[in-house]
Parts: sequence; structure tokens; C-alpha cells
Amino acid sequence: MTWEIVIGLEVHAQLSTHTKIFSGASTAYGAEPNTQADAVSIALPGVLPVLNKGAVERAIRFGLATGAHLAPRSVFARKNYFYPDLPKGYQISQFDLPVVGNGQLTIQVEPLSGNAKPYEKVVRITRAHLEEDAGKSLHGDFHGMTGVDLNRAGTPLLEIVSEPDMCSAAEAVAYAKTLHTLVRWIGICDGNMQEGSFRCDVNVSVRRPGEPLGTRREIKNLNSFKFMQQAIDYEVQWQIDTIENGGKVQQATILFDPDSGETRMMRSKEDAHDYRYFPDPDLLPLEISAEWIEEIRANMPVLPIKRRIAFMSENEDAYKAYCIKLRQDITIAYNQVMYGLSEYDATTLVSSKELADYFEACVTVVGQENAKLCANWVMGEVSAQLNRDGLDITQSPISAQQLGSILMRIADGTISNSGAKEVFRIMWAEEGGEADAIIEARGLKQVSDSGAIEALVDEIIAANADKVAEYRSGKDKLFGFFVGLAMKASKGKANPAQLNEILKQKLAG
Amino acid sequence: MFESSLKQLGAALRAKKISSVELTQLYLDRIAQLNPRLNAYITVNPEISLAQAKAADMRLAGGNTEALTGIPVAQKDIFCAKDWLTTCGSRMLHNFVSPYDAHVISQFNNAGAINLGKTNMDEFAMGSSNETSHYGPVKNPWDQARVPGGSSGGTAAAVAARLCAAATGTDTGGSIRQPAALCGISGLKPTYGVCSRYGMIAFASSLDQAGPMGRSAEDLALLLNTMAGFDERDSTSLRRDKEDYARDLDKPLNGLRIGLPKEFFAEGLGSDVAQSVEAAIAEYRKLGATVVEISLPNTRLSIPVYYVLAPAEASSNLSRFDGVRYGYRAPEYSDLADMYEQSRAQGFGEEVKRRIMIGTYVLSHGYYDAYYLQAQKIRRLIAQDFTEAFRQCDVIMGPTSPSTAFKLGEKGDDPVQMYLSDIYTIAVNLAGLPGMSIPCGFGANDMPVGLQIIGNYFDEARMLNVAHQYQLATDWHSRAPQAL
Repeated sequence: MTWEIVIGLEVHAQLSTHTKIFSGASTAYGAEPNTQADAVSIALPGVLPVLNKGAVERAIRFGLATGAHLAPRSVFARKNYFYPDLPKGYQISQFDLPVVGNGQLTIQVEPLSGNAKPYEKVVRITRAHLEEDAGKSLHGDFHGMTGVDLNRAGTPLLEIVSEPDMCSAAEAVAYAKTLHTLVRWIGICDGNMQEGSFRCDVNVSVRRPGEPLGTRREIKNLNSFKFMQQAIDYEVQWQIDTIENGGKVQQATILFDPDSGETRMMRSKEDAHDYRYFPDPDLLPLEISAEWIEEIRANMPVLPIKRRIAFMSENEDAYKAYCIKLRQDITIAYNQVMYGLSEYDATTLVSSKELADYFEACVTVVGQENAKLCANWVMGEVSAQLNRDGLDITQSPISAQQLGSILMRIADGTISNSGAKEVFRIMWAEEGGEADAIIEARGLKQVSDSGAIEALVDEIIAANADKVAEYRSGKDKLFGFFVGLAMKASKGKANPAQLNEILKQKLAG
Repeated sequence: MFESSLKQLGAALRAKKISSVELTQLYLDRIAQLNPRLNAYITVNPEISLAQAKAADMRLAGGNTEALTGIPVAQKDIFCAKDWLTTCGSRMLHNFVSPYDAHVISQFNNAGAINLGKTNMDEFAMGSSNETSHYGPVKNPWDQARVPGGSSGGTAAAVAARLCAAATGTDTGGSIRQPAALCGISGLKPTYGVCSRYGMIAFASSLDQAGPMGRSAEDLALLLNTMAGFDERDSTSLRRDKEDYARDLDKPLNGLRIGLPKEFFAEGLGSDVAQSVEAAIAEYRKLGATVVEISLPNTRLSIPVYYVLAPAEASSNLSRFDGVRYGYRAPEYSDLADMYEQSRAQGFGEEVKRRIMIGTYVLSHGYYDAYYLQAQKIRRLIAQDFTEAFRQCDVIMGPTSPSTAFKLGEKGDDPVQMYLSDIYTIAVNLAGLPGMSIPCGFGANDMPVGLQIIGNYFDEARMLNVAHQYQLATDWHSRAPQAL
């Protein structure tokens, strides 16, 4: 018996404003408890909220990046409940009139298991609304009492709600990752999941094909993609087992315990609050003018999906075809050069804006006919070294221009790939230096003198008459053996392309 | 000295006929003498007041003065004032010393006025008799067996008893105008948004508005000049050019069109009040005004609408009083939920709890549409009634309150009877219009009667002109209670 999985996500992205959404207190992470809690944050009697324009601007950026409807008029509402880390006794949020509605996000899904191929999918975004974060309750170290830290209270959040369009953990994770890349790409959220800047709630239900939606359970506050996948896998199996054993899934809010790998109930539907939403009389409706939207649109970066398409396309026709396939607006011209990379390369290179920028800066130096070479190095040598040293691309000791200067020498035949790795290694370790100077100093120049290579090849043929005979009688595989000998004899400096050609010629007899 | 207008006091201070310290001390002595009988003040703090007076005297010596420099003004205890106990009439805030100044308070401070003390009020401004205060009822200076009205009852009594030169109030459903009427003084609720609500403890945010209370329209104009103005800390504060509310005081009233809503002169209005109000209208005719009958058909719904919307907002506004960060916390409790329950059960009085219950109910799932949304729609209709009416007249007049001051305890058991005492004032808040009350005679038991004047949006200067011209022609406003 087969089951269909239905998943929708609610993501809380902390917006990267310096001050809180309704007051001037700092939003910086990690300060001593309550040192960033001003009169508004602790909800003194008589204080009032004043909306932070920067938070609204970031919401608009998100709406533009997801092709969403931007409400010309949206309303802040109060969500009423009591908790010590909620100082006003209500959270200011948006309810029936959110600022962003009806967007979409195209995701690339890498199936987590099996040999299934990657595929693309469009996930609909129901809405995104502005709200304030709560503070934190601190348990422990207070002699049986609970401490309250209100530094985080009032930090701006954008709650992004998807339609239940995902039908596997892989799709949910792909959506969350794509969203995570996007919010950083457009500069609205730092995406730091450890610090809680990007938190995911996952709604999961299962059903028999063709049947109406099953009852969902909501897994709260997942702060890593790995946990998200584990939590969904566990929860799906739990729901299927429950139903197959004759039980019923009850609507509930649950938590995932990474230690046990299990989900557990936080509260059932019966415990659900009646939040008594009503429009906040302290705040006027939020009105967004068309002029402001255009001003923001003019300053938007090219989105990851558009750059990915450009990276994959070898020409304008291919570009247009991809745009249509991925439901992207082709009227927005992307005037950068086309690289014709593989889907995999393109997807990897747009995993962050900084990486894509680094790659393109490198291509600018080396030339677009060498884009594949640049891609290989950025995704290979550079990424590996960064990983080893625990750095991100912006901290790379070798700039994109420096990398380009090395790759130029591969492209023009001055050095071999292994020679280039040597230059790269030295430059990385010394955090700088001139590619040409290193090549010179280390004698890494390839031998491209065909006379010298011919002499070398002649010697090898003379010394290995038996193997030559075998080769000539049809044992093609021996070619590699001769290349190895010749390279060794040249101390690795022979120009490989030239060597191959000469070897082939001479062995042919 | 206690009978001087603010203008006269200012002149005396600038002429060095009296110092601010002397003047403040005179008031402090009078408060010490009379407040025990009236309970108009919750807090006086002679040390702070006299320090302010000393600073004002320096300023007066330097000649850098404003109209209110050196003048002692009492503040309703709903305004947060730095270093002052700010209770809002509640046990919940019995220990809350504010670390900051409300906008209105800073405006007075910047003008060099003296904060003379914090006046008593109905708890969280919920009441019409000042009997819901945790700090005991205020007595009406005209008859101490009677209430001063509410919620700004302490302010009204203090002004009437000459325990301050002038004072502030707030008005959510009549809380400036009704006590002004019952205590025989003048009070003005400005257009919603004219005075910043920052630092004014919220009751019903969409209705609350601060305003001046004093002995004459002329005094109110000077006070409003100081209180009004845009404040970026209040998103509902109005961005408008600064105006001089005293600019039109001396204009004659020839051709003034007064609208009399027939609904205000129907069943429920005391005949003594009707008589005084009609006499006042007759006086206005003499001053050159014409009178037209108007209709405000939806105002009959204003009490039910108000008692949905105001408690709804209050139930949320008062959620911050949870015993966690400041204010009252029950001495004993078993867990978090119990701490909330005990602290709020013990910290709030009966009327506040009643309104929190009503508000919670009308916002609940399944009731929101029937109550809250419906009330919002009717609120709009009520506002439209006024817009229609102002096509035919310049100001609207009528009684402020259906009766004169009633006896302490008289309506204590019947909240609906109590709510009805605001029947003529509430619609003005729902519409966001400016309204005022001025004394216009005495009714049964020789208690003062108030005439309500309602203006169009931002028409405060004209209303003050209308009131001032009447006060030039009559002397009701300068009568002082002899019972003290």
C-alpha cells in the first residue's frame, strides 16, 4: 500500500536590521541578558510601537524576489497570549492582511537516496508577513526560578508560509535550502541557523493517493537541514505506522529531539490558544507606494535562479528556453555572458551570491571560453581548501583575480594542471604572491619545445621495444604507460597535449 | 492668588511679584490642608516640585520664559513621569516609579511648568465616578458626599478646589468632560491624535486622548498650546503645523451656527440639567449665534459600541500587567499560570476585571465578527452622523452629562447605570472629534451643570473661542465651592 506525503513549511527569517521592528534597541546577537531591552522591549506602561522602515523594505525585497503580490495596504494585528518572554502579553504580527502574498520559489531537488535524478519543482508561497520575535526564557542557574532575557524581544521576523506543495523530505529540505540561499542573497537575513536567524516549522501529513488531506502535525523550530530531514523521515513513518495500526493522527504541535531522533508531542489541538487577533490600534495600516517598490526593485541583485540559468546557457536561445522551463520572466534581460556549464555546476555556484560573484570575477580574468576550467577550480581546489581551513569564500586568501592569473597560465599552456596546483598551494600558504613569479621561481614552466619532447619520446621507444611491439599489435591501453614514462622523464614539465600528439605519431611508426 | 488665571499668574511670575517657589509652596500647603478631605491627589512630592520651581525661577530671572514657566500644574496619574510614582489608580502599579517621561509631561517640563503632583483617577481610567480607584474615591469639592465624576475625578476636584492652577486629564469616553461638568470646571478633549499618547498608560488606544482641564477656556488654550504637537514616538500622532489655540479667543460669535442634536434633549436628561443648558443656548443667541436642530441618529448605539471596542482594546492593553517585570506580583503562587491568576486577581479591581472579561469575550473565536467587527462598522456610522451634522452647523452643543454629581456609592452596584452617565460624551470619542465641557449653571442640590461643545476635526481654536466668549458674558466658571 502506498502513501503520499504532504509537507508545508513555515520559516521565520530574522531580518537583518540593526534595530528592532518597533523600537530603536539594538538587535545584535549575544549581548548580556537584557542589555538590549529598552522601554518598548520590556513593555513599560505607556510605551508605543513605531514601525522600522528597514524591516518593511526587506519584506518588499522578499516579495520581489519571489514574484509575489505586495499588498499596497496591510495591517498589523495583535496575537494575544501570556508568557513571560512575551512582555506585552501580545505579539504584534500580521493576520488577515499580510504584506506579501502569492509568491513562488523554484527548487532543485537532489533525491536523498537511490539513483533518482535531480529535478526541478515550483513551490508556491502562500504569504509572508512581518512580526516581532519574543524574548527567551532561561531555565537553570536561577535556584529553581526562570530567568527572562528580552534582548531578542522585538527583533523583526519575516514569517514565510508555503503551500503544502512538497511531498518528500528531500523536497522540503531543498525548499528550505533554496529559501535560505535566497534570503541571504537579497540581503534580508544573515541565515545563521545556530543563532536562530532562520527557523523552520514543518507541517507533515500522509494520505492514500486520491484521498483528501490527512491530519497534520507541526514539527516546531528545526534549526538544521539535517535535523529537518531526520524529523520528517521519523514523523512520516510514525504517522504511517499509527494509521496502519488502526490509530488516528491527532492535530498537534511536536518537537524533534536530535539525540533520540524522535519527535514528541508539545501540545495537542485541545491546548491550542485562542489568540484573539485584532488590528493593533497603536499602528496605522502599512501603506506601500508603487514608487517605493520600484525604487527597491531597481536595487535588487540578479536572483540566483537567473544567474543559474545564465551559467547553464551556452547562448541566448538556451537562456530563453531555460527561463520558460523554470517559469522565469525572460523580459528581464540578463546581459552577462553565457557559460554553458552543467546543471550541477550551475546549481553549486549559485549556492551563495559571494560564490557566484567569485566565480564570475575569475571568469572575467580568464575569459568565458575557459568558464568550465574556472568552475572546476572554484568548486574543486578552492572549495576544498576553504573547507579544510574552515573559511568561507569571502575569506579566501586567494582572490578571484589571483586565481584567474593562475588559470590563465593553464589556458595558455605555460603550466600544467598539476603545476597550477603547486602555484595555488604556495599562494594559499603565503597568502599572496604573483602567479608568474612563482612559476618562474619554482621552475614550473612546461616544456613545450617539440624538439626536446621528440628526443625524449625517441629514447623511450628505443628502450621499450617489446612494449612498443605489443602496442602496435593492438594493445591500445599501453598508451598511458608511455605517457607516464615520458612525463617522468620530463619531470612532469612536458606539455601534456603536445606530448600526447608526438607519442601517438611516433608509436604509430 | 488661587483665583488668578494662568495668564495673570504668568504675568505675576515674570514681574517677580511672586516666585515660582513661593507659588508652588502656597499650593503644596493648600494640598496638605485640603487633600485629606478630597483625596484628589495620589502622590505629591514637594521635593521634586520645589526643585522644579527653583529651576523655573532661574529661568524667569534669565527672561527665557514661556506662558507656563513657573506655574504649578497637576498631572493625572495616568501619565508616566520620571521619578514619580505612577499608579494609574491601580494596586497593580502601587510600586511603579516611572523611569521615563510621557510626551505630555516632557512638554510641560520643557515649558518650565511645575509638576505639582499626580491626581487620583478611576483605576486605569475605567469609571465615571472615581470610585474604582485603588487609592479611594475622590470627593466632589461642592459636596463631599458626592462623586467628582471620572475618570479624571482627581484632576477635576483639584482644579475646582484650587489645589492647582490647572491640570491634565485624559478622555476615552468622557473622562475629561464629565468630571469637568460635575465639578464646575472647564475641560477639553482634543481631536484624536493632537496630543501624543506616548507615556500615557493605555486604556483603549483608538479612543484615548489627553487634554487640559482648568478654570477657563482661556487657561485651556494656554495648556493645549503646550500639550499638543506631533511626536514620532506615537504612530497615531498627527503631523500638523504647530498652532496657537488662543488665536481666536476674542472673535465675536456673530453668525455662529449651533447645532442641537434632538437625541441629546430626549428621555433620560435631568430637567435641572436641561434648564441650565437651555439657558446657556439662550445666552449664545444673545451673543449672535443662531441655532439649528440636528440629528445624530446612531449615537443611541454609542454606549453598546463603546462597551465592545474599549474593553476589547483594554483586555489586550492590560495584558502587560502580569507581575513578571514590574508592578504587583502576588506573594504566593504555585506555578506560572497561578502567578498570573493571583497577581491579576489581586492587582486589578472589580471594574477593570469586568472590562477585561468583556473584552476577552468579544475578541474570542466565534464572537469576533458578531461583536468587534459589527461595533467597528457602527463606529463608522456614528462618525458619519457628525460629518452630516457639521454641514449644517459650526459647533454642536448639549448637556455633558444627564445629571449633576450623584452620591458616592449611589451607582456602585449597577454598572449599566454608571455607563449611562457618559451617554452624551462617548460618541465624540468614537468619531475622534474634539469636545469640551464648560460650567453653565447649577442644578438640583446646587451642583454644577456642564455644557458640552463639540467641534469638527481640528476645530479646537474655534471651540475655545466659543467657550471664552460665553465665559466673558457669564461667571459660572469663576464660582468656587464654598463647602471647603
